Amino acid sequence: MTFEQIIFYWFAAVLTASAVTVITVRNPVHAALFLVLCFFTSAGLWLLLEAEFLALTLVLVYVGAVMVLFLFVVMMLDINVEQLKQGFVRYLPVGALVAVVVMIELLVVVAGPNFGVERFGPPVKHDADYSNTAELGYTLYTDYVYPFEIAGVILLVAIIAAILLTLRKRPKTRYQNPSEQVQVRKEDRLRIIKMDSEPPTEGR
Amino acid sequence: MVPLSHFLILNAILFSLSMAGIFLNRKNVIILLMAIELMLLAVNMNFIAFSRYLDDPAGQVFVFFVLTVAAAEAAIGLAILVVVFRSRRTINVAELDELRG
Repeated sequence: MTFEQIIFYWFAAVLTASAVTVITVRNPVHAALFLVLCFFTSAGLWLLLEAEFLALTLVLVYVGAVMVLFLFVVMMLDINVEQLKQGFVRYLPVGALVAVVVMIELLVVVAGPNFGVERFGPPVKHDADYSNTAELGYTLYTDYVYPFEIAGVILLVAIIAAILLTLRKRPKTRYQNPSEQVQVRKEDRLRIIKMDSEPPTEGR
Repeated sequence: MVPLSHFLILNAILFSLSMAGIFLNRKNVIILLMAIELMLLAVNMNFIAFSRYLDDPAGQVFVFFVLTVAAAEAAIGLAILVVVFRSRRTINVAELDELRG
């Protein structure tokens, strides 16, 4: 067994075990942390497939942004975990049944001779100066430049939608109104009155 | 060398595990979203494995787009979740039936 195979099977075992933990663990915070482990091991497997740019993107975007967002939301909401775990045992048979059926269907297709060593031989060996990032960039900015632009628009829509959904006016909070502050004049704040001077009264 | 079929088998296992997760955690929306992320991860790894063994970078470009859309989906999904929790004080799917016909 070569070093590459040892790494693959070890990472595959860790990935499967942590995926099982994600779907069965009681605490959502633990589930999020095991999902982070899933993403890290997947990044290792993607490095094994020589997709270096996407492996680093997975760690940066998913572990660094999406999972942190998940953890924020999980910890921000006051969730009753016990109540949400009700029905776990009741749904276990049907869930396991569906999963096993789907797995068998997929394995019939992919585990047979269709995708074996005979059909798909060893992948191409690249030179030492081969850059996966440059290759991906060439493809992305030539053949797929319009989808790339659309992806940017999708991210913009996601930003606007997320902000607009969670934005709310709090009635009790006191705000400053900068435009009124700038437009204020002396007459609004200060009143000068004319009056006669009065002598000080005696006996006081 | 690791044959392509072993990658595909691993991703098939991962996909069906996350599908089981959707059935098991059908009350907790957060775990449902996490199971969807796991499904997308399995699909992405299939794309990358085929891209490697067919020596075609187009598969990796697709993974790039899937990552983009998944990040947007997670952001909007969690925003909706926060708004729902604010008004209903629960994220139990069984109780979120206001729009039921």
